[in-house]
Amino acid sequence: MSARDEILAAVRGALRDADRAEAPVPRGYRSAPSPADVVALFAERVVDYRATLSRCTPADLADTVRAALGPAENILVPDGFPVGLGGAADADDLDSCDAVVTTAAVGIARTGTLVLDHGPGQGRRALSLVPDVHVCVVREDQIVPGVPEAVALLDPDRPQTWISGPSATSDIELNRVEGVHGPRTLHVVLVGS
Amino acid sequence: MPAFPAAAREALADSQLRRNLAHATSTIRAKRAAVVGEVDEWEELRLAGAAIKDNTLRHLDEHLLTLEAALQSRGATVHWARDATEACDIVARIAHGHGVGEVVKVKSMATQEIGLNEALAAQGITAWETDLAELIVQLGDDLPSHILVPAIHRNRAEIREIFRREMAAVGRPAPADLTDDPAELAGAARLHLREKFLRARMAVSGANFAVADTGTLVVVESEGNGRMCLTLPEVLVSVVGIEKIVPTWSDLDVFLQLLPRSGTGERMNPYTSTWSGITPGDGPQEMHVVLLDNGRTRALADEVGRQALRCIRCSACLNVCPVYERTGGHAYGSVYPGPIGAILNPLLKGVGVDEQTDSLPYASSLCGACFEACPVRIDIPEVLVHLRSQVVDAHRGGAPKPEAVAMKSAAWVLSDERRLTLAERGMGAAGKALNRFGRAVLPGGRRAVRRLPWPASLWTGARDLPAPPPESFRAWWRRTGRR
Repeated sequence: MSARDEILAAVRGALRDADRAEAPVPRGYRSAPSPADVVALFAERVVDYRATLSRCTPADLADTVRAALGPAENILVPDGFPVGLGGAADADDLDSCDAVVTTAAVGIARTGTLVLDHGPGQGRRALSLVPDVHVCVVREDQIVPGVPEAVALLDPDRPQTWISGPSATSDIELNRVEGVHGPRTLHVVLVGS
Repeated sequence: MPAFPAAAREALADSQLRRNLAHATSTIRAKRAAVVGEVDEWEELRLAGAAIKDNTLRHLDEHLLTLEAALQSRGATVHWARDATEACDIVARIAHGHGVGEVVKVKSMATQEIGLNEALAAQGITAWETDLAELIVQLGDDLPSHILVPAIHRNRAEIREIFRREMAAVGRPAPADLTDDPAELAGAARLHLREKFLRARMAVSGANFAVADTGTLVVVESEGNGRMCLTLPEVLVSVVGIEKIVPTWSDLDVFLQLLPRSGTGERMNPYTSTWSGITPGDGPQEMHVVLLDNGRTRALADEVGRQALRCIRCSACLNVCPVYERTGGHAYGSVYPGPIGAILNPLLKGVGVDEQTDSLPYASSLCGACFEACPVRIDIPEVLVHLRSQVVDAHRGGAPKPEAVAMKSAAWVLSDERRLTLAERGMGAAGKALNRFGRAVLPGGRRAVRRLPWPASLWTGARDLPAPPPESFRAWWRRTGRR
């Protein structure tokens, strides 16, 4: 018998006498009351993760992103990014790039999380990973209260990267250290409507 | 591996280890309590998590077939592995097929469970662990001691020594002036591993969740090493235990709340990656998923123990366990330490197979803290007691153990009033005698005996024996005339 058939047979054998009725799943957590001001909570939680936060209007976006990039020279700007900044859309040698700017698909207020689904303006997954500085632009109207609202909005067929603060480790005596393998600096630009 | 009592005795003698562990577990406990306290609907999330997992396990055969079809329709190749050897052979075969001599690895409990690194090494393939803690463990030729922070037993001075001594032999050496500052140590690991990420052609991962209906795999991590492995190489192999399934994408809204807060005590872990098969132009263009049994169907067949397969490997039970906090993970002799390891190992391997596994259900005070902390409400104490009875049953026949003899004689005495009266009289005399030697006083003023001669020393070596009262209750009742 193939491994597949044997494992499936073992599963069925193990469940032969089991009660197969579905247990009800409580879903009240999905209608938990929203925080009063999701945008303010998102901003607070992002900073709590030791990311840097800037807020601007759509008109100031280009200047704010340029300021966030600081002295970075080799910049990646994926196709579909809303303002022109110069920079390359992709690179073969990502390790030689200083910084990347991307948009995001969703922001989650309660956890201070940015979700990238790698659509226009976000580039492929490695772009927001290898360069040491990541400037991520999210609009206020993209912010949802919590994880359930984000999961409901997102399309599982697209690859996703959920980002909460810069790369971090707590493996050495549980001291949090930013930047092990991913970007050491995460700069979030929150664009008002 | 030695049985738990022997291994624990050795660990308890290591005061450095106990200091490192006490610091680590108390820190995570406080962080977890704070972020769990923020969530009003926490108890409902636990109930939802338990119910979703139970429902999945009840129909696991159907969900496995759904997952297989979804993965295949999105361009992934699905393999099935009955046991560790079969799983390791599949991974090695894929590596050989691509002429790959090294692979980068995301920390994964399943690949540790099957001993993948050792099996690949035997076939001439080097596996590089890329999680900082796993790197510390691998370079130190050590074993992980915690599910989430595997190098929790090492302090910064020890880590600095390991980096300075070992990094040069396997790649970029540690900087000559490396101090024991955590940021510097992490920086050294970053440089050392980056060259491995950038040249790797194949990666091996596990998965925290596998969504059946969409074929989505989910990896939850902090450092970005997972993202490196999942996106930079050309070939990705994911080894996934068959219990990792959740039925639908929307069920993730429960687990992505429960896992980070229970595990590292964060609102959300820094990185979560999800992918559903191959994305043209982004990430590996060849994907394999190895669905692993390795004892899971055995655990599934155990009606009481089945609930252990709900486990999402958050390690909250380790951090609250008074036994784990004092002995550390190595004493459990397996990749799954702590309370969950004490039930998962016997369930996966079966009881009565070896003494070490049989000792694990006893590695607990049954205080229940693990159940309180478990985000999917696994009643670990219930399963421990259930497994203890299985261990006892497996050892029936042969010479009876001293406990069994003592219990039998107690039953004989307690089943007859005259025998009990006589025994009580004897106890009174013994109590009077022992009271004279009683050297410890228990809370409440009762005297206790610290040390008795062999064979009773086997008992008093680790416990105080409360001295029997000089007078039984019934004797006191008669003497004071309250008939």
